[in-house]
Amino acid sequence: MSKATIDLPPKGGFSFDLCRRNDMLSKKGARPPSYRKTGTTIVGIIFQDGVILGADTRATEGPIVCDKNCEKIHYMAPNIYCCGAGTAADTEAVTDMVSSQLQLHRYDTGRESRVVTALTFLKRHLFNYQGHVQAALVLGGVDFTGPHLHTIYPHGSTDTLPFATMGSGSLAAMSVFESKYREGLTKDEGINLVSEAICAGIFNDLGSGSNVDICVITKGHKEYLRNHLLPNANVYALKREYTFPKKTEVLLTKITPLREKVEIIEGGDAMEE
Amino acid sequence: MSFSKMPLVEANQALDASSLSLDSERTLYPYVTGTSVVAFKYRDGILMAADMGGSYGSTLRYKTVERIKPIGKHSLLGASGEISDFQEILRYLDELILYDNMWDDGNSLGPKEVHNYLTRVMYNRRNKFNPLWNSLVLGGVKNGQKYLGMVSMIGVNFEDNHVATGFGNHLARPILRDEWNEDLSFEDGVKLLEKCMRVLLYRDRSAVNKLQIAKITEEGATLFPPYSLKTFWGFEAYKNPTVGAEGSW
Repeated sequence: MSKATIDLPPKGGFSFDLCRRNDMLSKKGARPPSYRKTGTTIVGIIFQDGVILGADTRATEGPIVCDKNCEKIHYMAPNIYCCGAGTAADTEAVTDMVSSQLQLHRYDTGRESRVVTALTFLKRHLFNYQGHVQAALVLGGVDFTGPHLHTIYPHGSTDTLPFATMGSGSLAAMSVFESKYREGLTKDEGINLVSEAICAGIFNDLGSGSNVDICVITKGHKEYLRNHLLPNANVYALKREYTFPKKTEVLLTKITPLREKVEIIEGGDAMEE
Repeated sequence: MSFSKMPLVEANQALDASSLSLDSERTLYPYVTGTSVVAFKYRDGILMAADMGGSYGSTLRYKTVERIKPIGKHSLLGASGEISDFQEILRYLDELILYDNMWDDGNSLGPKEVHNYLTRVMYNRRNKFNPLWNSLVLGGVKNGQKYLGMVSMIGVNFEDNHVATGFGNHLARPILRDEWNEDLSFEDGVKLLEKCMRVLLYRDRSAVNKLQIAKITEEGATLFPPYSLKTFWGFEAYKNPTVGAEGSW
């Protein structure tokens, strides 16, 4: 049966059709389901040879921790990584999408990607969606012009900074940076400072927790230190297994193979269509 | 800052009879506010710091507001929030200390007692829906015992080794949790306070670079003269943020 009218496929992009209805519903008291957020602490610093990014590993769904060890430092290019805070789906999707765009751009230009390219792709996309894509990002990388560190806000504005923090734990991490950051840190000092900032977020912010992930990017080289620190290890876990000594005495063991009891017919009629 | 009028001549009149007279006398929003106070115990007593700013909404209206005052012989009171309510609290405490002195019995109200009095006052006002819009920090030493407590505008009170109000909770507390210890000397304590106040100066929009430090020991309270903190703005990225990225910011 063919339809009387032809439905055109949607032109793409966000469809604002249901926004008015959602608004009306929320005024009447019906709350929408809560998003899986990465209530987070993400940080980045510029040190002497490049950029160090850090993140915690807790993902929350309202008051519940839904993922104790998620990955918040996303790959964008071999020389560019991006930490994401906000709605988990949004950060994943947007960084994935821009990563692919960067790859295509690399094929097109034949050169290593620049951090500002990633920055422009991201901010253009986020501004286009007027803040509805709730992704707050810390983008860092080293290209031929040097090391760069940027923050990108959900509405599409960006900042270029020597040290940056985002997420619910950003104030705790920023207090560490404001008191201890200086220019020309060595790699070890930088890793220690970033770990300290993330730990400040983990222990002082309820939306952040579990472990510390670190990514060090220098010219021509990157180090992804997954779970660099585990300050919340499960110390009191039971080491023994849950086996208990058998209490009932075994009097008799008799094994009856069931094949003798049941007649098996091989072949037979095929099932009807 | 909102200057909305009470809906006295609107349809709501029929719904709420009390919206005519009593409501207009309740505190609904703070007007002139002070920002954070940071305090902790150190070797000889309590160290407390607050800046001297009084903001009128988003304007920095008053720049010499003393937000730390000595109370009696044994305590220091620091307040953030509505300045007029702080002055009212000072009058209540003045009366309290006066009556205590009139007994002339050799006893004097210590920090624990003053803290308890303040908790009762704040909680009772909150119950009448007419709060004193302050977060108070009460510290003191009596008979060698150091005491540091906090009361919020809804009457939440607790005692701790280090406290902070307002933005200080988010910015100063992580530093204090990491670096505070029982046996800080006066110089180390001031350095730690300055560290916290510097972060607040950088990141709190209502902070002023004029802070006052106060200490209280067994001997008594000392309010030091106000001074400014040094700040550092010379990062390379601040000087030239768009290097390699012309057109961005």
